[in-house]
Amino acid sequence: MTDLFSKFDPLIEMRANLLASGVEDPFSLVMEKVLSPTVAVCNGRETILLGTYNYMGMTFDPDVIEAGKQALDDFGSGTTGSRVLNGTYAGHRAVEDALKEFYGMDHAMVFSTGYQANLGIISTVAGKGDYIVLDIDSHASIWDGCKMGDAEVVPFKHNDIEAMEKRLKRIPEGAGKLVVLEGVYSMLGDIAPLKEMIRIAKENGAMVLVDEAHSMGFIGPNGRGVAEEQGVLDDVDFVIGTFSKSVGTVGGFCVSNHPKFEILRLVCRPYVFTASLPPSVVHTAATSIRKLMHAGNKRAHLWENSRTLHKGLRDKGFQLGTEEPQSAIISVIMPDLERGAAMWEALLHEGLYVNLARPPATPANMTLLRCSLCAEHTAEQVQTIIGMFERAGKRAAII
Amino acid sequence: MDRAETAAKIAALIEPFNKKGVAICDATSFAGDLEFDSLTVMDFVAAIEDEFDIIISMNQQAEIENYSQLIDAVVKLQG
Repeated sequence: MTDLFSKFDPLIEMRANLLASGVEDPFSLVMEKVLSPTVAVCNGRETILLGTYNYMGMTFDPDVIEAGKQALDDFGSGTTGSRVLNGTYAGHRAVEDALKEFYGMDHAMVFSTGYQANLGIISTVAGKGDYIVLDIDSHASIWDGCKMGDAEVVPFKHNDIEAMEKRLKRIPEGAGKLVVLEGVYSMLGDIAPLKEMIRIAKENGAMVLVDEAHSMGFIGPNGRGVAEEQGVLDDVDFVIGTFSKSVGTVGGFCVSNHPKFEILRLVCRPYVFTASLPPSVVHTAATSIRKLMHAGNKRAHLWENSRTLHKGLRDKGFQLGTEEPQSAIISVIMPDLERGAAMWEALLHEGLYVNLARPPATPANMTLLRCSLCAEHTAEQVQTIIGMFERAGKRAAII
Repeated sequence: MDRAETAAKIAALIEPFNKKGVAICDATSFAGDLEFDSLTVMDFVAAIEDEFDIIISMNQQAEIENYSQLIDAVVKLQG
């Protein structure tokens, strides 16, 4: 018998070697208690959270929590059904209404996760004979959506406008075209030149999907994301987003002005063939989204945090993913996985949690310590974080 | 462009990606012999696409494992 698991042997060995060096396992950390959006207890130690995507700190917002508790009382713990059968409750409609208002768009469709939103929309919208043109650094959910569908998949070099345009122009005449972009790319925290890219996509007759998972709530005048910031949201056919970052719960969505959008509810398999979100989740999400419409002060503080951390780390001698802070993600580039893991552990011992990101999730096979800031991090916490990085960086011989 | 001419152009395009100086024949595989990782594949495919003004979608790339299959595909894609 061929062991079907033998294909995982190289990864098993890499993991074993890493753990044999005595480093704590970066991929099985347990949060024993969560005290606030920015502090948890890990291994009995109070730890500042700097790798949660909880950008707007909504997870402990009293109104959000109250909405969830009320929904548990009023609607029970789960829907036990698909959105198209028994799984659409008042809360699902309410959160879709909140999204339509938040984005100023005609239609909103809520999925059980952000992953499923990309998977479902991309695989359903682009079919056989159509072409998907996408950035090579796209998120796994985008790639999986491409793989699940029957369209021809054509990647281009990250954020390379000319490479994208060349590929669009080579697509056979008459073929359907979908350009897939992200507002913020989560590994390095850099943003896309959406203004130019979307203009070129439209000139070449393509529909445009933009994943704004890492920008919702704090980029753009109304927090609608990078496309809004660059003044091109009206030209975006589909915005994909998530509840598991700024919104502070779980779920995914697509908003659109396409006049036939609602038909997707019947033909999109990752929407139809899964249970809908629990009532408590959709009520917390709806409350949170409505609060995010009026979160100007929090937004300003989040940007302040991002700028302070970026400058602080650069001044200490760390190599960062972007020259300037472009989002709430600050990525610290490590020389290799071993030293990255050592640095990650040194930070954890200091009382700081960041994400360790490694190939194949990262571009150019980089090992990254990815920091995501929260509007609830105090200015003092950010200074504490910079001090922790400095001490850990010296101990792990990174700086 | 005929097969020989296409092959000659592709041979020249492979050169900068053939870091180990592997001797190339029809059966030379990109993953096995040339040890192309996914990033190298992207850059190499882009070079071929730009040279011949074609698209080799990922669906088509999945069918191309060796040198001779690449030449066949590029000849076909040029129409």
